[in-house]
Amino acid sequence: MRQESLFHHASSRLLGLVPTLLLLVTISFFLIRVAPGGPFDAEMAAPPEIRANLEAKYHLDEPLLQQYFRYLGEIIAGDFGPSFQYKDWSVNELIARGFPISATIGGLAMVLAFFAGTLIGIFAALRQNRLADHALMGIGMLGISIPNFVIAPLLILGLAIYGGWLPASGWDWSWQRGVLPVVTLALPAIAYIARLTRGSMIEVLHSNYIRTARAKGLPEHLVILRHALKPALLPVISYMGPATAAMITGSVVVERIYSIPGLGSYFVQGALNRDYTLVMGVVVFYGVVIILLNFIVDLVYAGLNPRIRYDEGR
Amino acid sequence: MKRYPANRLFTAAVALALAATLGACGDEGIEFGTRPENRVRPVAPLLLPDGRPDPVVLAAEQVVRRGNGQEPTTLDPHQATGRPSEHILRDLFEGLTTESAGGQVVPGAALRWNISRDARTYTFYLRRDLVWSNGEPLDATDFVYSLRRAADPTTASSAADTLLPIQNAREVLAGELPVEELGVGLLDDAYTMQITLTGPTPYFLGLLASPVAYPVNRANVEAFGDSFSKPGNLVSNGAFVLTEWTPRTRIVLEKNPNFREAEDTLLERVVYVPTEEQATEVNQFRLGELDWTSEVPSNQFAWLQKNYPEELVVSPWMGSYFFGFNLTREPFENNPSLRMALILAIDREIITDKVTRFGERPSFSLVPPGIDGYVPFVPEYADWTQEERNHEARRLLEQAGYSEENPLRVEIRYNTSGNHKKVALAMASMWKQVLGVHATLVNEEYRVFLQNREQKVLTQVFRAGWISNYNDPYSFLEVFRTGHRGNDYGYSNSTFDALLDEVGTERVRARRERLMFEAERIVMTDNVIIPVYSYVSKRLINPHLRGWQPNILDHHPSRFMYMLRSFDPNALAPAPVEDSAPDGLTELEVLPGEESGSVDEAEIEAAADAPETSEEPPPEEGEPR
Repeated sequence: MRQESLFHHASSRLLGLVPTLLLLVTISFFLIRVAPGGPFDAEMAAPPEIRANLEAKYHLDEPLLQQYFRYLGEIIAGDFGPSFQYKDWSVNELIARGFPISATIGGLAMVLAFFAGTLIGIFAALRQNRLADHALMGIGMLGISIPNFVIAPLLILGLAIYGGWLPASGWDWSWQRGVLPVVTLALPAIAYIARLTRGSMIEVLHSNYIRTARAKGLPEHLVILRHALKPALLPVISYMGPATAAMITGSVVVERIYSIPGLGSYFVQGALNRDYTLVMGVVVFYGVVIILLNFIVDLVYAGLNPRIRYDEGR
Repeated sequence: MKRYPANRLFTAAVALALAATLGACGDEGIEFGTRPENRVRPVAPLLLPDGRPDPVVLAAEQVVRRGNGQEPTTLDPHQATGRPSEHILRDLFEGLTTESAGGQVVPGAALRWNISRDARTYTFYLRRDLVWSNGEPLDATDFVYSLRRAADPTTASSAADTLLPIQNAREVLAGELPVEELGVGLLDDAYTMQITLTGPTPYFLGLLASPVAYPVNRANVEAFGDSFSKPGNLVSNGAFVLTEWTPRTRIVLEKNPNFREAEDTLLERVVYVPTEEQATEVNQFRLGELDWTSEVPSNQFAWLQKNYPEELVVSPWMGSYFFGFNLTREPFENNPSLRMALILAIDREIITDKVTRFGERPSFSLVPPGIDGYVPFVPEYADWTQEERNHEARRLLEQAGYSEENPLRVEIRYNTSGNHKKVALAMASMWKQVLGVHATLVNEEYRVFLQNREQKVLTQVFRAGWISNYNDPYSFLEVFRTGHRGNDYGYSNSTFDALLDEVGTERVRARRERLMFEAERIVMTDNVIIPVYSYVSKRLINPHLRGWQPNILDHHPSRFMYMLRSFDPNALAPAPVEDSAPDGLTELEVLPGEESGSVDEAEIEAAADAPETSEEPPPEEGEPR
């Protein structure tokens, strides 16, 4: 009964993806075209003959609506078209090469953030208002408020250039090159998750059923692990959906500073260069990833929270 | 919620410590890293009589890792624009002409050439033993095919404007004539080809050394289509071949054993590393992951100068940085003396020494110094003191009808970038201080800025400048022609246009130079631009890496480079190299490339003055200036 309704819910959510994506494609297609300047502008404008040839090659000479429907047809066939800026590569190839890297770094950063953040949060909650709690939350506040582009150069200086323990930048799938970007990306999330966990843990620990569990004489570690942890993690889980999406689709700042060939830079470079196909490809891809991740979070949330059921109303 | 004083105290303390650290690594950089005296030194270069390095001084591994700026846009030579692509393509391909380490144009695939008396027809005699990297023979038919492909409208090359001097190129690009009508063809056999131009173009031989004129292998292009430039597919004819291309990670080239001068190519492998952040490149250099950076960030320049004096190499580059006036709008339309006042009131030395601080040279001219022997026009006020300039500026401004009660209000527009902002701010404050002018700054995203600048509706004073892609002052002057696509100033002067027309037909070098000088004088005395500085190229180079030479083009083909082995102070082996050349760099700058360059130059002249046609005008006719 519950399985069936979950399936029902899942499939209706997945169907809802289609109009959302169509809206996304339409809005971003016309928005990027409205932006002043074009993909072939340069310090000195190209001669008219050359400009005409370029526009013909990329179909930019057609009426905008015709271009729109041409583009829709292409993405339905799974083809994001050629990149204007990186002429030897198609947008599909660029995404296929960039996404695994961004996803690896972002995924590892999220795993690190989840475990480190919840551990710190629980620890702080158990020592509420004592020195350790204040110290950890103070550091946490710093972690949230110091931006990546400050932390990253400091880490490079300390650990790579001065210490000589890790490479400063670059990417070759070795763990050494992954450490700094993963840590940089994870730090603010660790801090945020720690604060979330601490807050909700304190709240849960004051609730009636925990008092009941303690009154039954259950050892404290079982109270925490068996009864308090699951509900305390709910706000963390709902934070993790969008946060994971943001991380695995690539952080522009972290990718730039560590010179990592992930997906994030394509988004910014594509927009700055008016590389219409690249921007659109990345936007659509992001859209799909974010919608899917939010969907997964919903499912996990239901699994953790006894108060949420998709067969409500039956 | 309760307040936690301890928590806040702690936070404040950490924040303070962090701020102190950050403050310490501001413009002066950071005191970390290997001290200069602790770094590994190379042995002194020992050169053989022919100018090549003695094998005993070479490192065992001949590999260079070059930082290359942005990811290259393409490795299809006919599509390539932008320096990152061009650097790599110069290693992969070779045109009819090529460049020496010092940037002089020397014979490439063509052994020699004749130039007709009217300087419009070039006949090239190709080497007969040329092969592609796959071993197939290469001859003039490949060059004819390639030039036609580059001009073909369906190729849609954005670099094809380089080919415009060729007869019918404009019509072919516009699709009005078939590609076969391009002024390029075989002459007697497959090793002789002729290129016809629309007019004398003294820099044409230099253009032929640029990527858009490189040969591509027809069978290869036809077999692989758009992906022919991928590793494994790409067949080339230069000193290196493409073996790996991982986007935004690395591009690896290996020595091409089929290159015509393969025995002189010492490097076995060249690794190009793209980096979007200049600071990242410097980090990689300091960790020994790069031997060569594409640039250095301006805010680290002073620090690098102090800590990496030997590695930091700065040399003139053929670019000018200036601001332009919009001459089609108030207040600058028909108001040259007002423009002059603003030009005079700027203290260029303060801008280069105190504001930008990356080794640029203050400039009063349009054309940067050092281009192909040309001496730029320098206005009279260049010799004045800044006090005298300010005095004259105030007089001119008053004459234009502005005063304290009626101050001039101008807008300076630039594209978002730290450097442009700093210069614009400095200019605004100088105008305010000297002239009481109220200047507002407007920054725009690059493409928006380009569009506004071109439309000439919003702009008053705007960021401009030009970095040439060929070694000729004409590149800087033509932008100011009436209606030229780069003329965002709305400048129009029929005398100037007529002079440029004359430059276009003048064959005698000295006369042509005088015409260009006169044209530059006119633009500068019409007060169209505010010259600020001329560019320099600046980068970090591993002292072990030799064979390159500073040049105004900033072109550095890898085939002239080699790595010295490190000097080992503990080794007991005799170190004659140490004694023979204590000052390695100066000796090197003169030797290897320079010598081959001069040999090749003699070869060109011999070829150009070949008695068999003797249509060539005497090179130095006319009075010297």
